[in-house]
Amino acid sequence: MVIPLWMYLIVAASIFSIGVFAVLARRNAVAVLMGIELMLNAVNVNLVAFWRYSTTDSSMGGQVFAAFLFVVAAAEAAVGLAIVIAVYRNRRSVIVEDVDMLRW
Amino acid sequence: MNFMDPNMFLWLIPMGPLTAFLIIALATNRARLIPATDPHYGGHHPDYDGMRVPVVRDSSRVLSITVALSGIVMAWILSWRAFFAARALPHFGEEVLGSQINWMSLGNGFFNIGVLVDPLNATLLFMVPLAATMIFVYAIGYMAHDPRQSRFFALLSLFAGAMLTLTVSDNLLFLFVGWEVMGLCSYMLIGFWFEKESAYKAAIKAFTTTRVADVIMLLGIVYLYSLTGTLNFRDILWNQATLDMLTTTPAILFGGSLSAAELIGMFLIVGTIGKSAQFPLHVWLPDAMEGPTPVSAMIHAAAMVSAGVYSIIRVFPILEAGMNPHVGEFSASMLLMVFAGGFTALFAATIAVAQFDVKRVLAYSTISQLGFMVAALGIGAYVAATFHLITHAFFKALLFMSAGSVIHGVEHGEHHAHEHHDEDEEDDHAHHHDASHDHDAHHTDHHFDPQDMRNMGGLREKMPFTFWAFLIGGLSLSGFPIITAGFWSKDEILADAWLGLSHGYAPQTFVFIMLAISAFLTAFYTTRQIGLTFFGKPRSAAAEHATLGAPIVNITMVAPLMLLSFFAIVAGFVGVPKEFPILGWIFSREGNPFFEMVNHSLLHPTPHPYFADVLPAVFTSFAVALGGIGLGWLIYIRKPLEAGQQDPLINFLGPIWNLLEHKYYIDELYVILFIKPSKAIAHVTSEVIDRGVIDGFLHLVARTFVFLGDLIKVFNAWLIDGFGDAIPQGVGMFGEWFRRIQTGRTQQYILLTALAMIVIGIIFALSVGMLSAQAVGF
Repeated sequence: MVIPLWMYLIVAASIFSIGVFAVLARRNAVAVLMGIELMLNAVNVNLVAFWRYSTTDSSMGGQVFAAFLFVVAAAEAAVGLAIVIAVYRNRRSVIVEDVDMLRW
Repeated sequence: MNFMDPNMFLWLIPMGPLTAFLIIALATNRARLIPATDPHYGGHHPDYDGMRVPVVRDSSRVLSITVALSGIVMAWILSWRAFFAARALPHFGEEVLGSQINWMSLGNGFFNIGVLVDPLNATLLFMVPLAATMIFVYAIGYMAHDPRQSRFFALLSLFAGAMLTLTVSDNLLFLFVGWEVMGLCSYMLIGFWFEKESAYKAAIKAFTTTRVADVIMLLGIVYLYSLTGTLNFRDILWNQATLDMLTTTPAILFGGSLSAAELIGMFLIVGTIGKSAQFPLHVWLPDAMEGPTPVSAMIHAAAMVSAGVYSIIRVFPILEAGMNPHVGEFSASMLLMVFAGGFTALFAATIAVAQFDVKRVLAYSTISQLGFMVAALGIGAYVAATFHLITHAFFKALLFMSAGSVIHGVEHGEHHAHEHHDEDEEDDHAHHHDASHDHDAHHTDHHFDPQDMRNMGGLREKMPFTFWAFLIGGLSLSGFPIITAGFWSKDEILADAWLGLSHGYAPQTFVFIMLAISAFLTAFYTTRQIGLTFFGKPRSAAAEHATLGAPIVNITMVAPLMLLSFFAIVAGFVGVPKEFPILGWIFSREGNPFFEMVNHSLLHPTPHPYFADVLPAVFTSFAVALGGIGLGWLIYIRKPLEAGQQDPLINFLGPIWNLLEHKYYIDELYVILFIKPSKAIAHVTSEVIDRGVIDGFLHLVARTFVFLGDLIKVFNAWLIDGFGDAIPQGVGMFGEWFRRIQTGRTQQYILLTALAMIVIGIIFALSVGMLSAQAVGF
């Protein structure tokens, strides 16, 4: 049985939505970062799925793009966690709402 | 310019005194402030109590006197050098010294001003700086205690400079400049002791009276210029074509019954009537006695009034207007001079008889003598008028300075007498009499007039030197025969008049009679004055103690009298007729020197009267002079006035005396005729026109605009400011509201971004995305 493309897309969209929800709704900054990771990985699923089902593209573009994304995600997680730690040191909190120094 | 050239250095003649004026006024006149009650400020006025007044520093006094004297002596030297350089010219008269510069560009040419020495003003150049220098020297002593002596010398220098400018000028306009500067100086000097009300009033009177005449004179100058295009004396007076043009052109006034020359002449004569104090504009001159005595001498002898007569002698060919008075033809301007001069001579002489103020007698005698000159010119006695001008200047300067010495002496005497009689009051009054010649009645409890001849008498023993000087001047004024200058010049005038009379010409007859009577009265009142002042016994304590004061002061006041006494005698000998027995042989072998010289100022010289033809005039001169002196001697010297005794003439003349003493009530008449109407008009213009109409209008305009301004102010505050304020306020309020979008909570931002992306995505999908998706084939 060949799994159709839309199934992959449904899964990817679900993961992405969960990630968005985490970013928007979680109060803990670490959780927000985790949401971002989820969104990135959902995109990875999409990339690979589209590459696998493509009839015209014979290159390895999708997989390479996905590999790059891992690197970017890792870098992003490193920077993001560093920021979170810096914030925590300053304000003794990792709650996103507490970090509102830029407001009016 | 090469000032060694005699034509050129004439420019320098007035420069000395004018420069001295500038130096004193700008540099050396330094004063210190002292309380007005200080004895050094002699002219103390009760209103000045508690004020500080400037009194000249001693160093400034010395410096200013030095500067002024240097200036006038320089002018004297240069004037005499010019005089002798001019005399050395082979045909002096046709040839003259002079030079011109372009002064004012007039579009198609220049108005030239220049200097000129011809025989006429050469004689003035001889007399003016000499007399002026004597006056300067005299003023050193006379003003020695005056708090404003530096200023006095500055003004005196300006006065002398203006007179010399006028003298060397070669055209009428330049002459008029000097003329007006002298008018200003006379104003400031007559009012020099401005603490006295009478002094500043006299100054204003002199200024306004001469102003009336000067304006008319200026009309004459303007008319002359508009006709001839030049004001140069040589161009007009030595140019037969111009003179003919002036006499043949009908005047613009009086329907052409006068020629232009006559009208111009009459305008110019009116100028002289004002400046030389002829009737009816004579009123300022007696009042001008309020000035310090050196000023009186300056005005009466060296400068002001001489300038008036000089100016008409100068323009005589215009006044003559083509007529020849020696054959009985008279122009209207000549007749004006005949009547003004003849009438004034007698009129003023009669007033002088009944005056008691020692200076006023001299003032009226000046008016009278000026009348002689004007009348003489009116009958064409050109040279005689000039001659009398010169001799009169010498003896009148002498007389004034002697009279000044008398007043000075009597003031000193008054001070001494005062010290003896009111020892305890001495502190209050000493400074008034000690320090100045001010004799203001405001602040003394008893009024003593040191100029009143009734307070004098017997001064011959107290002030012998002054007596001799006054006697010489007085005899010269009286025309004492042979030995005095006044005789020769007066005789010359009478001789010219007699010549016309013997031909039966009416104007000469009028002049002869008027002048002969005047000469008689002159001799009489002069003798009366000498008798009242110097003979008999002192009639007051002041006269008893009269003295000239400190020796140094004494010398500067005495030396000028000596020199002027000399000239008051010998100045006449330059004009002795050739045929006069003995003296003619001594002085005039080549012909009457003065006559021969001055006569050549004219294009057409006047004939010299033959001595034999005018013998009756000579005898008349003898008779009136000796008769007047004799009568005066009988009444005033043989039986001198006692203290408290009335003037013997009062009984003799009766009501006429009152008329004379009050100067024919001319001043009172002028008050009614001119001053009261002027004041009434001034009151009306001030109260009604100025305050009512003009001020009212202005106030109305002002109030209207203030109201309009208020209105606009309200409008501005309400609308413009409101609008202007609303914009920033609106922006501010919007910002206040809108900034609440920035919560600082990142998740809200992201939520909004996500929503926006969803919306955009839906729009994209609906419009383009669906189509392309179909095209790709999903």
